[in-house]
Amino acid sequence: MESLPASFIGMGLAATGLGGAGIGLGYMFGKAIEAFARQPSAEGQLAKYVWIGAAFVEAIALYGLVLAFIIMGKG
Amino acid sequence: MDFALIAAAHAQTAQQAANAAPKMDPLHHFQVVNYINIAPLGFDISISNSVLWMWIVVAVVFGLFRYALRNPSLVPGRMQSVAEAGYLFVDNMINEIIGHEGKKFFPIVFTLFFFVLFCNWTGLIPGSFTVTSQLIVTGTLALAIFVFCIFLGAYHHGWKFLGFFVPHGLPPALLPLMVPIEIISFLARPVSLSVRLFANMTAGHTVLGVLFFFTATMAWFGAWLPFGFTVVFTGMEIFIGFIQAYIFTILTCVYINDSLHMH
Repeated sequence: MESLPASFIGMGLAATGLGGAGIGLGYMFGKAIEAFARQPSAEGQLAKYVWIGAAFVEAIALYGLVLAFIIMGKG
Repeated sequence: MDFALIAAAHAQTAQQAANAAPKMDPLHHFQVVNYINIAPLGFDISISNSVLWMWIVVAVVFGLFRYALRNPSLVPGRMQSVAEAGYLFVDNMINEIIGHEGKKFFPIVFTLFFFVLFCNWTGLIPGSFTVTSQLIVTGTLALAIFVFCIFLGAYHHGWKFLGFFVPHGLPPALLPLMVPIEIISFLARPVSLSVRLFANMTAGHTVLGVLFFFTATMAWFGAWLPFGFTVVFTGMEIFIGFIQAYIFTILTCVYINDSLHMH
């Protein structure tokens, strides 16, 4: 296969990592809202961990972006 | 008339139109430019825009705290409250994770937090350079923390620090499986720490670059939409810059705690 089209396909495949991060974010915020609904007084304490967790999950998706950049450099 | 000729003419017109349109280059502002070339003995220590903006960040943080605490009083003024809030924020973080022994690591954690935070935030000023969008910068920070934690663990526990890789309460039969996993996850720490910060900053600024390009090139009746998004995303980036600096320092605290207390 030609190098340029192959690298475009590879960059697109690297972007599929977004799916996993989407599942993770949805699961995490869903659980967090569930927890806030059960125990509204704990919201202040828990919100901190929710945002830290969100940043962790987003970082996983961004590893895909880094991979895409690496492929772009090679293509 | 020959259809091939018409098709070729159309292709040529399309090519010319494509060449005339402004090119989107969202990665342009991550380019490191050397202002003064210095390379003694083959080591490249040139003054680049990255170095310049690091100096600016250090000057801004230093100046901010000097100005805020120029005449400290018992009842803090506005600026002094900001400085004290920053102090208490980092102090709480260390107390929660490391405990009382963490007091002596306050300077390094405080410096790291404000350096990374202001690197992230100054990068949002148009025309500036985001220092933390360079993997070499975040990688150096993360590796320095990693090496520091290894030496700290070796200093406190000696050879017993190798027990860090052996999880407690595990049947001995599983040890050959778990110890390599623990070692790999330990070695992955500087990688994940540096790539997380670098990727977040790069991705955010790339998105901003793309949106600004749309704003600049679209007709006036369409440009308000990407322009609105740039406003929202700049706010989002301020938030992400803070969260990433927070995570960077909180993980540093966790690693220092691991070196001190072994799990």
